[in-house]
Amino acid sequence: MTTRERVIAIIAEQALLQPSDVGEEMTLADLGIDSLGVVESIYAIEEAFDISVPFNANDPKASEFDISTVGSIVRAVEELLSQRV
Amino acid sequence: MRRVAITGAGTINPLGHDVPSTYAALREGCGAIGPLRFRDVERLSVRIGAHVQGYDEAAHFSRPQLVLYDRFTQFALLAATQAVAQSGLSFDGDLGPRTGVILGNSGGGLSTIDDSYRAVYAEGKNRVHPFTVPRLMANAASSAVSMAHGLQGPSFTVSSACASSNHAIGLAAQMIRAGAADAMLTGGSEAMLCFGGLKAWEGLRVMSPEACRPFSANRSGMVQGEGAAVFVLESWDHATARGAEILAELAGFGMTADASDIVAPSVEGAERAIRAALADASLDPEDVAYVNAHGTGTAANDRTECAAVARAFGAQADRLLISSTKSMHGHLIGGTGAVELLACLMALREGVVAPTIGWEAPDPDCPLDVVPNTAREARVTACLSNAFAFGGLNAVLALRAA
Repeated sequence: MTTRERVIAIIAEQALLQPSDVGEEMTLADLGIDSLGVVESIYAIEEAFDISVPFNANDPKASEFDISTVGSIVRAVEELLSQRV
Repeated sequence: MRRVAITGAGTINPLGHDVPSTYAALREGCGAIGPLRFRDVERLSVRIGAHVQGYDEAAHFSRPQLVLYDRFTQFALLAATQAVAQSGLSFDGDLGPRTGVILGNSGGGLSTIDDSYRAVYAEGKNRVHPFTVPRLMANAASSAVSMAHGLQGPSFTVSSACASSNHAIGLAAQMIRAGAADAMLTGGSEAMLCFGGLKAWEGLRVMSPEACRPFSANRSGMVQGEGAAVFVLESWDHATARGAEILAELAGFGMTADASDIVAPSVEGAERAIRAALADASLDPEDVAYVNAHGTGTAANDRTECAAVARAFGAQADRLLISSTKSMHGHLIGGTGAVELLACLMALREGVVAPTIGWEAPDPDCPLDVVPNTAREARVTACLSNAFAFGGLNAVLALRAA
């Protein structure tokens, strides 16, 4: 699986949807994922990729990790993975 | 219904080891938030908190006591002894069976739990200290206080996360009102500043890595503290009959449940609790000059709380003073309402409203007078103390000047 496929699988599981129903342009709110779901998704991403995601639920927009859409999350994870190497 | 007097107060918290030093810090706007100091702190991403400063447990307790008392129990015992001394009550004779203890607490003996789990899981030991259970149980502090002072009436511990102390104090008042007790020791205690305690909170991503700035536009989350405050409540007639000095009247109590979300607060649930406390105390919004806010410094709480206060107070909200002392002593979780009640007593008795420190910029979602950074002199004859817990459990206390 690619990074993109793995991230989408994690988000799909959180949204109780099939990965094929999750598009990159969608927001987490579009998918029915609330603030607790966001925190849980980020935790699942950290566990799956063995990375630390900089994210403060008090001000998601100020976090370096862009969660505005599914696609932005995929790119942010790819960025973190590239920094790790 | 019997009226309830507060006739004693005691505390040990990040701002001081007694009530006078706590008042001095609240008045001066002194913050006690700094680097956390405990084992494995370098493995945390959030490394600030408000420790009780300069605390040496061996200076207060003997070795046989220390093996039985987790830190949260020690704090409760020290605060209770001060409160009883101020009240001048003696529990020999008839009063002991007519007096109980209800304390708030959320985490139990968390350092005891942390140390024991570390021993059996991380260090592979197959044995823990024989007193692990009596140290870690959440009722340990209430039980230790009842034993220390011979209090044999209604006694237990209340656990409703950040509202634990307010629920405890409100229930203790109801015991006196209902005639189930003539006096009660009540308040709360918490000592969660250990690796496991903070690691769990870190996971929720609501902790600030830099400061607690309630109501400020640039607030970045909550900061934890530790400590205890304990009060002596007494039936009004019992207190006046013996000529006791009454610090304030515990005039009302409102509690509600949001019944909506496990962490996100609700304006409507908080507003109903505020209205219930006012009604229970027979207070109108114009009677109240000060509200000690829950004011955690998270984006969600402060916005929701301001909306709830604005709705409950209507036009009176504009002249109300509302401050969060968590900016100074941190969030004591199950003990927080007890320490914050001291800010209410100070406002009623000394005419000084404690500030919200660390405040840097106005937030349009928090358009109230939050007493930024500097204490304010004000004539306060009635005040409220808010607590809105995770789990949507809300408890608001109403105090009136004696």
